[in-house]
Order: sequence, then C-alpha cells, then structure tokens
Amino acid sequence: METVETFFQWLNQSHGINLTVGYDAWDRGQFFGGLWMTVKLSVLSILLSLLVGVTGAWAQGSPYFALRAPVALFVTFFRNTPPLVQLYFFFFALGSVLRVQSDAGVSVPMVSAFTWAVVSLSLFAGALNTEIFRSGIEAVPKSTIEAAEALGFTRFQIYLYVVLPLALRISLPSLGTNLVNLVKTTSLAYAIAVPELLYSAAQIWSEQLNVREMMTILLLTYILLVGVLVSIMGRWEKALRIPGYGG
Amino acid sequence: MAFRSIPEPDRRIPGHMDVLLPRRAHAVTVPSWRECLLSPLTMMLVFGCLIASVIGTAWAQDATPATSSTFAILLKWTPLLAQGFGFNILISILSMAIGTVLGVFLGVLQVSPVLVIRKLAWLVTQFFRNSPWLVLLFYSILLIPFQVTIFGQTIPFPGWLKAVIGLSLPVMAYMSEYVRGAIQSVPTGQWESAESLGFSRGQTMRMVILPQTVKRILPNWMNLYAVLTMATPLVSIIGVDDIMGYARSALSAEGRPDVLIPMYLYVLCWFFIYCYPISLLTSRLERRHSVKL
Repeated sequence: METVETFFQWLNQSHGINLTVGYDAWDRGQFFGGLWMTVKLSVLSILLSLLVGVTGAWAQGSPYFALRAPVALFVTFFRNTPPLVQLYFFFFALGSVLRVQSDAGVSVPMVSAFTWAVVSLSLFAGALNTEIFRSGIEAVPKSTIEAAEALGFTRFQIYLYVVLPLALRISLPSLGTNLVNLVKTTSLAYAIAVPELLYSAAQIWSEQLNVREMMTILLLTYILLVGVLVSIMGRWEKALRIPGYGG
Repeated sequence: MAFRSIPEPDRRIPGHMDVLLPRRAHAVTVPSWRECLLSPLTMMLVFGCLIASVIGTAWAQDATPATSSTFAILLKWTPLLAQGFGFNILISILSMAIGTVLGVFLGVLQVSPVLVIRKLAWLVTQFFRNSPWLVLLFYSILLIPFQVTIFGQTIPFPGWLKAVIGLSLPVMAYMSEYVRGAIQSVPTGQWESAESLGFSRGQTMRMVILPQTVKRILPNWMNLYAVLTMATPLVSIIGVDDIMGYARSALSAEGRPDVLIPMYLYVLCWFFIYCYPISLLTSRLERRHSVKL
C-alpha cells in the first residue's frame, strides 16, 4: 500500500498527473463508496427491471384487454419519455407528496433518493424489457406450443416450461444491450444527489481540481463495469445455448 | 410497392440468385384488431389520463379562489417551455447531424483492410458506446476550452455547443456500429462485381455499398434519434437552459408544491408527443424491412 501511494505521489510531483484516488485515503474511500453505490443501484435495478419485464410480458400475452391495455400504456409512456424527467417526476413531484411527520414534527420524505432512483430506473428499463420479452415470446414457434399442448401440458405449464425458456434465449442479446444501457443510465442518479460513482467523482474533482484525471478514471470505471456485465451476459448466453436452436 | 413483396433471397445458400423468383401479389398485412385497438388508443388514453390529471387538479384548485388554478399556471409558462423545448430539438438535430457524419466515417473505418485502423476505430467506438451519456457530457463541458484561437480569430464555445458535441459522441459510436453491421450484411458478391467493373475500393464503398446500407440503417437511425432527443434534458444538469431547466425555474418562481406533479407530467407530455410518432414510424419501418427467417 505504501509503495502504491508513493508511486501516485511521484506521478503527481514529477508528471503532474494528480490521481488523488491513488494516495489520498479520504478520496479513495469516497470513490469506492461511489462505485459500491453504483453497483448496488445497478444490481437492484437490473433485478427489479427483469421482474417488471417478465410480469409485463406475461400480462401483455393475457387474453383480457383490461390487463393488456394498462401494460401497453405503461410501456408506451415510459419508452417515449426521457428517463431524466421520469426520475425528476418521481423524486421531486411524487416525493414531495409522499412525506411523513418525523418524531421531531418535521416533515421528512418517506422514500429516499436512492429508492426513487431504483424505482425510476427499473420502471424505465422494465418497460423496455417488457417489449423485449414480448417479442421473444412471440418468436417462439406456434408448432412448439402445439406440440406441448398435444403432450398434455396445461396453459400455465406451457408458459413456464416451454415458452419462457425459449423466449429468454431469443431475447438475451437485446436484453443484454438494454441492461448495459441501464447500468449507464444509473449515472442519472447524480441529478438527485445519490452519491454514486459520477457524484463522488464530481466531488473529488471539485475539491482537488483534477478534472482530467478523475474524468478518465470515471470513464474507465464505467467501461469496466459494463465489461463485467457484458461478460456475465455472454457466459449466461453460452450456458443457456441449446445446440441447433438459434444462432 | 409490388417489388417489396418479393421475399429476400436466402444469402446463405450459395447460388441462390435473385432472378426468376416468382412474383407474388403484395401481401397486405392487416393489423389485428388488438393492434388497431392498442396503438392509437394507447396514445389517446395516455393523453386522456394526463389531461384529466391536469384538469382534475385545476378543478380542485378552483375551489380556492384566492390562488390561480394549476391549469392557468401551466398555460402561463407554456411559451417559455415551448422555447426551451425548441432548444432541445435544436440540440438533438445538431448532435444527430454531427454524430451521423462522424459515425458513418468511423463505421467505414471499422471495416478498413488495414488492421491498425480497424482496431483503432473499434476501440473508439466501444469506448464511446459504453460510457454513460451524462459522463460524456461532463467530459465535453469541462474539458473543451470555452474559446479557441485559430489564426488570431477567437471562436467562443458556449455551453450549449459543448453540449451538442458531448451528445454527438455517443451518437457517433452507435452510428458506427450500425454502419459496420450494415456494411457487413451487404453480400460480398456486390464487392466482387464492383471490383470487376473497375471500381476502386473507395468508389465501391461510396457508390455501391453505402447506398445499400441506408435502408437497413434507417430504422435504427430513427430510433437513435428518439433516444437522443430523450437524452437532451441531460443538458439541464450541466447548466444549459432547456425545457427541464425552464420548468424548474418556473416551479421555483411559482413556489407552489401542488403544481409539481402537473408540471413534470406536462414536460413528460411534450417529449411524448414528439417521440411517440417517431417510434411508431420506426416500428412500422422495421416491420416492413424485417428479414423473415
């Protein structure tokens, strides 16, 4: 640790590359705190958005119009409006209504900025996931479903054991793209002061005035995060592959 | 239109030629009643809900005559918001133009026969494609000087211009990937025949290959434009006044917590009205040009 810190100090003094994250414990803590927050935000939003996507796609395949219409509305609206304004809507507009009296008698927000970020991001990505899963479900050949029917599967069993596994495989590539986008979109949480990666980096560069260095580190960190997700998705895709089915 | 109905020949089968394919009547795809019911209805329902929510709160406000109604407040700020939204559109069009030109260039470089250029173009593409838009915006806002001096002439770089550059970077990267994919999907026979007709590589690219990629790229390009338009409110974070910035100024000027929800819904609505037709058109184009397996 000592040698690493002396290296970064030397880098600053002799080359003017001021990577405070390398030698300043406070900045490092702040940066990795931000990284951890971004990871938490990403993982939670990914899981929730998948849940929203599967539920939405299931509802869109339902024979009842009353169930299908609200989902279609939700998807259309969330797909065609800016995620930032959605986040603002949740945090500033809904957040201003959902307030409770604290013990001291002061009105405090009921839902934290972090939670609003998770909710908003998962709804946004979930709307896209719904579309992705739905097109995956529609791509499952009719003959496969008929074959399952002939074998005596019930409707629910067909959905669970035949349609969903195949649809998942079909939609994995576009799902991967969307989830990567979701991880990139977590940086929007900066706007509502969630101390995630961009926020903590901005704090460091406004204190230390090392915008160029922090900016580069920030971009590389995001690319690393995205790289990890891409490799996970790639492995998943490979593990799920059925020989002779799909590309 | 009749030519559209001829199915795409399977390029994977060698010797499968375009000639002598049976000419079929144009298969009119009648949208199912569900589709009819859902897409225009969705739009109307959304607006119905929004208008109802806005008017509804306005109604509630009218009960207390001392304050002006929510509806009146929204109406009062509409010209300013429209101006801000016009600015959003301007930014999106400029970024799209710059990003498209650079992206096509980068995409062509990605299929260059020179290994180093190909790898470099790939690296640049991946770098900008995988970094968040907001971070790239910060990058251009903070690292581009506020003015440059060329030949004694000082050219100022106002914030909005830097924002345009910052937004055009991811557009460039996405465009580059689309162009690369589209170029690679053009059958190699096209290259060979152009070569046999004496076209140089550059000529082949310009006159034979790229025109054929347009049809394939168009839906993606339009989708990208919609995504870009939805990313333009990000410039309000870095201090460029757009519809979001104006809306927040209006909200703080009014100081009325009950206007918060209608105002944000109103802004969302503006974007929806602009982006929804684009996405409808895109999905229609996609359906028309979709390669059936």
